[in-house]
Amino acid sequence: MRAVAGIIAALIVAATFSIAQAEDILNGAGASFPAPLYQAWAYEYNKATGAKLNYQSIGSGGGVRQIAGRTVDFGASDDPMTPEELKKDRLLQFPAVIGGVVPVVNIPKVKAGELRLDAASLCRIFLGEIKHWDDPAIKALNPKLALPHTEITVVHRSDGSGTTAIFTNYLSETCPAWKAKVGEGKAVKWPVGIGGKGNEGVANYVKRTQSSIGYVEFAYAKQNKLNHAQLKNRAGSFVEPGFDSFEDAADSGDFDPKKDFHTWLNNTPGKTAWPIAGATFILLAKDKSEANRKTVRFFDWAFKNGDATAKNLTYVPLPQKLKDKVRAYWKANNLY
Amino acid sequence: MLQKKNPVDFAFSLITALASLTVIVLIGGIFVVLWQESSLSIRKFGVIDFLLSTDWNPVTESFGAATAIYGTAVTTLLALLMAIPAAIGIAIFVTEIAPDFLKGPIGIAIELLAAIPSIIYGMWGLFTLAPIMANYIEPALQKSIGALPGVGILFQGTPMGIDLFTASVILSIMIIPFTASIARDSFTLTPSVVKESAYAIGATKWEVVKNVVLPYSKLGVFGGVALSLGRALGETMAVAFVLGNNHQITTSLFDAAATITVTLANEFTEADTDVYLSSLFYLALVLFALSFIVLAVAKFFLLKAERRYSR
Repeated sequence: MRAVAGIIAALIVAATFSIAQAEDILNGAGASFPAPLYQAWAYEYNKATGAKLNYQSIGSGGGVRQIAGRTVDFGASDDPMTPEELKKDRLLQFPAVIGGVVPVVNIPKVKAGELRLDAASLCRIFLGEIKHWDDPAIKALNPKLALPHTEITVVHRSDGSGTTAIFTNYLSETCPAWKAKVGEGKAVKWPVGIGGKGNEGVANYVKRTQSSIGYVEFAYAKQNKLNHAQLKNRAGSFVEPGFDSFEDAADSGDFDPKKDFHTWLNNTPGKTAWPIAGATFILLAKDKSEANRKTVRFFDWAFKNGDATAKNLTYVPLPQKLKDKVRAYWKANNLY
Repeated sequence: MLQKKNPVDFAFSLITALASLTVIVLIGGIFVVLWQESSLSIRKFGVIDFLLSTDWNPVTESFGAATAIYGTAVTTLLALLMAIPAAIGIAIFVTEIAPDFLKGPIGIAIELLAAIPSIIYGMWGLFTLAPIMANYIEPALQKSIGALPGVGILFQGTPMGIDLFTASVILSIMIIPFTASIARDSFTLTPSVVKESAYAIGATKWEVVKNVVLPYSKLGVFGGVALSLGRALGETMAVAFVLGNNHQITTSLFDAAATITVTLANEFTEADTDVYLSSLFYLALVLFALSFIVLAVAKFFLLKAERRYSR
């Protein structure tokens, strides 16, 4: 009897604990790209307010499915949903942080940032039409570089990813041949090249393979000291990837609250804008007002206090103007 | 009948019966879930078309399993080809040739190979083995065997170390312990009287192994191979890092490819359309059926051999 009573007592204690905890635990799931940042923010948020965030990095596709099934408080996706898709599942969407994609190369005797590429040449390399580094199209962009006559090895992601979605969206938008032959998405049928698993897989292959080219998330290019290329943006100037050029891309991007911020930051018109970027998004279920308020409280706190953490982890925080727009969107939907 | 027995006995037999039935229920459950989840894709692509189509294009939502089945078959076959001779050699060395003080350490080392998590094989393969393959082994193979007519077709292209060949090598290392341990155990079951009488009539060590030990333990070795086969068919993470997940059927072993499990691991999390997701489940169903058939056939031959043997 004593044992039974003990077990019941333990159960009651456990139950009250979980009820007490349930009040300030926020459950989110989705995109893996912003996961380290959300977790860092969650740690600081917990220290500041005592509330907890439990974020599961299960991929953007999983994030969309989980919030559509109402099993989490918020979903996260690198691939913005269109207003029609959001309407169908009765969801709201806002950007949380900016990510950029950087072409990285490994060419003997070419230093970091020396190689200049534009959308057309990048597209033709990834289509397999430009096969050597001394192709006239690349030479014309780099008259001063001594480019070798070596075969280009293209490295792409082997797993589905938001990085691929941003990159292929850029190619589709700037290059009709790409749009017709391959298209855009988190996973596509690559015409040429080898696949590396994750950003680390691509980074590793580019580092190791001479005369290769790949694309990685900005943070990976920076942390692994990969040899990046300069890109020609829509305004016609060659730019380096970095916080400033990403911020300019975000500033000149077309974030419209009426379209639930659905946009890519590819090929934006800003003078110093890096041409391949995108925001990662938070998805909310319209009918879960209590969970939404908690989520909004968290991101409001992160927008106010989290920029330094984001930059430390090489993420690009939203520009102030965009944060204000997001707050207005929350207000308009009665969440703020 | 059972009630007349000791109640503890009854409870024990009930628990064991339940445990064994759970297995059947689980297998049935897995099959039902896979079938349900893939029904959308089955309706859209059919069975024959799905199995024969080499197209795997998430953008146009056109899916076929042929490339993944091809990759699975080639890596499994190559891995078995490399692993079985090595594993049997190891087992012979440990049981018949090695001095006593070596037997223990080698046996333990082999079994530890099986304890290494597959993700570690994957990372090791990506960072250590792949560069070695790309820089030394594959160019050497290309220069020697690759120059021969006929088989040369298997060794074309630029060696990158991220290909069918590297994946098969890693797989073979992973399955060696399964075959080796079981082969070793069955070798030790050879009655020493038989072996000693063979030695007594003047047989050499090689003749004893070939004519006495191996025939005696054939069944055990086959069982070990069947286990390895199951493992190789389903291995995921180790292969995912070094195979590239390129959906193509290539004649060269130095090209990236895709297996069923690698496709699932790489694409499942980011699959966002219903048809895409359903096709991944369909692919899983194909693997489920494939392993079921292959292992059933292996078991069938094993049973047949056993019957002939016991007669």
